[in-house]
Amino acid sequence: MQLNLSVYRYNPDVDDAPRMQDYQLEVAEGQDMMVLDALIALKEKDPTLSFRRSCREGVCGSDGVNMNGKNGLACITPISALKGSKIVVRPLPGLPVVRDLVTDMTQFYTQYEKIKPFLINDDKQPPSREFLQSPEEREKLDGLYECILCACCSSSCPSFWWNPDKFIGPAGLLHAYRFLADSRDTATDERLNGLDDAFSVFRCHGIMNCVSVCPKGLNPTKAIGHIKSMLLKRAV
Amino acid sequence: MVTGQASLKRNGVQDYVTTRATALIMTAFSLFMGWYFIATPDITYAIWNNLFSGLAMKVFTFVTLVSIMFHIRIGMWQVLTDYVKAPGLRAFIQFVINLTAFVYVVVGLFVLWGV
Ligand code: SF4
Ligand code: SF4
Ligand code: FES
Repeated sequence: MQLNLSVYRYNPDVDDAPRMQDYQLEVAEGQDMMVLDALIALKEKDPTLSFRRSCREGVCGSDGVNMNGKNGLACITPISALKGSKIVVRPLPGLPVVRDLVTDMTQFYTQYEKIKPFLINDDKQPPSREFLQSPEEREKLDGLYECILCACCSSSCPSFWWNPDKFIGPAGLLHAYRFLADSRDTATDERLNGLDDAFSVFRCHGIMNCVSVCPKGLNPTKAIGHIKSMLLKRAV
Repeated sequence: MVTGQASLKRNGVQDYVTTRATALIMTAFSLFMGWYFIATPDITYAIWNNLFSGLAMKVFTFVTLVSIMFHIRIGMWQVLTDYVKAPGLRAFIQFVINLTAFVYVVVGLFVLWGV
């Protein structure tokens, strides 16, 4: 069986413009594989092809790419799940391209930094051993802490494409809510102050692209909704 | 809220509430007009004139016009800050749109006054 792929190629040092390059791959009849396996096989034939990957099992978040128009992790997307006669692989949309499928994630991380992604507790010295939560308190962090910062969501969000310098984006906001919802965090007001403007949170218009692409099955829109109601409650 | 909505700098929470509140008013007005056209077999000038002669209908219509103005102001500011990156051009387009929305309110007020 022959696998047809079309991969985005761009090396700013030598290319004037990006182009799509076609590749054929021979695979055993009926054999399935992950898109990442196909990319690795292509790289063996053409070592100039560049992409990021590390864990190859959906844990590290390095190989977020756009496959047949939808963002996802190449390592956990089987080629059988992609429709059409050709597999089209492009870098994550909206982010500057460093080379081929490798994007510059600075904007994404800058937004992540803004929300202070660490526990702030100024009550007292943290307990010398465990910092205990009740099972109910801990449960509030489910669906938030699992994010691996792959940027599939933020780079699929039109609001983030147009204002990546002002809108925090779904990934950052999911983390913001992860700390707002944490019973051990005492900086709720300070965190909300940092989000209380016309762009950081309110540029989310509930388009829900983020929800449809998240490879970990998380729901940033829901978390953003919680932040919006916290901001609203504070204002009235 | 009215003074807030007239200011240049936008406020996220206030805009969020205002767009939703004005959307509700506009929906209510549209539903009412829809119902009116269905429920009234044939609309003559006298019936149409009579509809707008009551104070309640005048207020309802005017509030809807003002809602449209605020909704346009916020909504178009959001769309323009997404798509028009040159500040001068954006300010100009925003000004024309805001002025148009304001003219609708003023003209509407005169029309209602005359009924
Ligand atoms: S929310 Fe999902 S898609 Fe977004 S960065 Fe986290 S894991 Fe990736
Ligand atoms: S729901 Fe909000 S954050 Fe998610 S894609 Fe839509 S606008 Fe972006
Ligand atoms: S290689 Fe680690 S998530 Fe795909």
